[in-house]
Amino acid sequence: MIGAVRSALRTGFMLIEQPFDRLFGPALNPLAQLGALGFFFFWIVAVSGIYLFIFFDTGIERAYQSVEYLTRDHRFHAGVMRSFHRYASDLMVVMVVVHLLREFSYDRYRGVRWYSWFTGLPIIWLLYASGITGYWLVWDRLAQYVALVSSELLDWLPIFGEPIARNFISTGTLTSRFFSLMVFMHVAVPLFLLFIMWVHILRISRPKVNPPRALALMSLAALVAVSIWKPAISQGPADLAKVPSPVGLDWFFLPLYPLTNIWSNGTVWALLGAFSLMIALMPWLPPLRRAKPAEIDLAHCNGCARCAEDCPYEAIRMVGRTDGMPFVTQAQVNASLCVSCGICVGACPSSTPFRRTQDLRTGIDLPEFSLKELREKVVEAAGELSGAGRVLVLACEHGAAAGRLEGTVVLPCVAMAPPSLIDFVLSRDLADGVAVAGCAESACYNRLGVKWTEQRFAGERDPYLRARVPRERIAKIWASPLAANKAESEIAAFAARLVHLPPKRLRSPLPVSATSRPTKVSEPARVRGEP
Amino acid sequence: MSRAVRVAGGFAVIATLFAAVAWLSDRPTYRQIPEGSAVMMLTFVHSADRRGECRRLSPEEIAKLPPNMRRVQDCPRGRRPIYVELDVDGRNVYRASLPPTGIAGDGPSRVYQRFVLPARKYDVAVRMRDTPRAEGFDHERRDSVELSSDQMFVIDYRPESGGFVFR
Repeated sequence: MIGAVRSALRTGFMLIEQPFDRLFGPALNPLAQLGALGFFFFWIVAVSGIYLFIFFDTGIERAYQSVEYLTRDHRFHAGVMRSFHRYASDLMVVMVVVHLLREFSYDRYRGVRWYSWFTGLPIIWLLYASGITGYWLVWDRLAQYVALVSSELLDWLPIFGEPIARNFISTGTLTSRFFSLMVFMHVAVPLFLLFIMWVHILRISRPKVNPPRALALMSLAALVAVSIWKPAISQGPADLAKVPSPVGLDWFFLPLYPLTNIWSNGTVWALLGAFSLMIALMPWLPPLRRAKPAEIDLAHCNGCARCAEDCPYEAIRMVGRTDGMPFVTQAQVNASLCVSCGICVGACPSSTPFRRTQDLRTGIDLPEFSLKELREKVVEAAGELSGAGRVLVLACEHGAAAGRLEGTVVLPCVAMAPPSLIDFVLSRDLADGVAVAGCAESACYNRLGVKWTEQRFAGERDPYLRARVPRERIAKIWASPLAANKAESEIAAFAARLVHLPPKRLRSPLPVSATSRPTKVSEPARVRGEP
Repeated sequence: MSRAVRVAGGFAVIATLFAAVAWLSDRPTYRQIPEGSAVMMLTFVHSADRRGECRRLSPEEIAKLPPNMRRVQDCPRGRRPIYVELDVDGRNVYRASLPPTGIAGDGPSRVYQRFVLPARKYDVAVRMRDTPRAEGFDHERRDSVELSSDQMFVIDYRPESGGFVFR
């Protein structure tokens, strides 16, 4: 059941993301920046809130008057700031909800990712608490409605001696000190929210907390435009002798409030409790089957820290050397954080398929899919290729080419393939070209796999793809499983291009080893076109 | 797609999404009671009599108590429930025995009930029993009230104001 919902939702996201990718480009696709945009809107809310506080007065009458004053008399700065404050809060809710749904749909909440998912739950509660206390402060008709329903909900809990809702049903029962308390709450809760947001990203390497500048500027400009087009305004002063009806509800923060009119408060609390419990337990419904974590082979580790640098999950750290080798540090894997994506294998300078050792070993390897096995699979898949324009496909298991059979090696992440593997394939004449087919750029399952692969190929990140490797013989295809046909046609077009390329000028320094070469190829590779 | 077209298109998409969010921030409006209705709220917090009679302690019993805790009477801690009835136009709309709050049952009883009624004139009668008596009521008030549209009419109990308060 959960799997079917996840699959349907994933298809929906992929369908939306494709046109967004085309319009914004993968780097600026807002759907790939939801977390960062959430942080961005938080800061807008924080800065605009500080500005509004300069004008705000905590008296019963003066709270409303001060908000009206800043909205009407200072429309073009404080009024705009008020709109920023409200709409950025609403947008933060949107970002949080879509972020949650997207991570669920891409199955990025189970296994070691449970921590970020789980810590997202208090963020939702605190975000709503922040918004609701904010609406309270304006002390207009909406604030009166929010105060009444919120306090009725709180009164259902057996923690208050006297119903606090009684403060909001007749005049003369409310004091200015109450607004002072609410201001304190409206500052303290968001501060705690920020703290939990920090906790939320603790286990993530290079978390995106700032959207790309161009996207941030576009969002800011759109926020200004919307704030001028539809400024946030109050809904008339609160009048405790009257029922605040009708009210313009904020459907992002208050969607459950009308339910209190239909159901009992206890039922609403039960709904909230059930939702929270479900979110909290989802990473284990059912638990993700985890491949064995990466393992360090100290005999091949020189403590270069490239694996720790590239790990997207902070699962590797460098510690003091323990084996007496003349290196300062060695890598250490935290098994509880490792998702076995293999990006570390691709980052290790020892991960070169050219190595002569009979039993190919590297500094860090996956026990269930070793570099040796990868090399064997590459050689085996290459053996299936024939004719002109032979293309070997290195496919991510979450990408468009994962379902291919012939001439394809499927990896947990394309960044598991060390750049030297491409060199190996081409210099040994195992194929005429290599297609690296990963996830869609804006939806990399392992967060940084596409980025690291691009940078390694471009010579911007260690380990580099050697300069001698002809770039025209490499195709990069970043596409979601929905674009399998498109990926297939790109591979076909790439194969057709390869036929017309001049012969390769690559020569391997070594013959193909007997351990890695299938039996049908037993001669050393020859540079094509040479006599 | 040129960069300018991308930026313009991207901005248009983002601005449209933001505009939708801004619109939903106060639309569509919500009406919690039907048009032409009012709310009658019966709410108060009141402690009933103690569950039992106080007993005068003997000099010996007082002497046994620590000096800082000596008292003349020993009263049971728990309180009785209060019994409340509300009639509107002669029809009973609410009756309940309200237990005291608190783990030891020594807190006040509380009531918080709302009734949505069409806006018009009503004969309202509210009664409460907070003593050990089995029949009759200790506090009562009857009145005619004219409810206007969207009015919040509150029935409170304030001993310092002489009993039930209609406002």
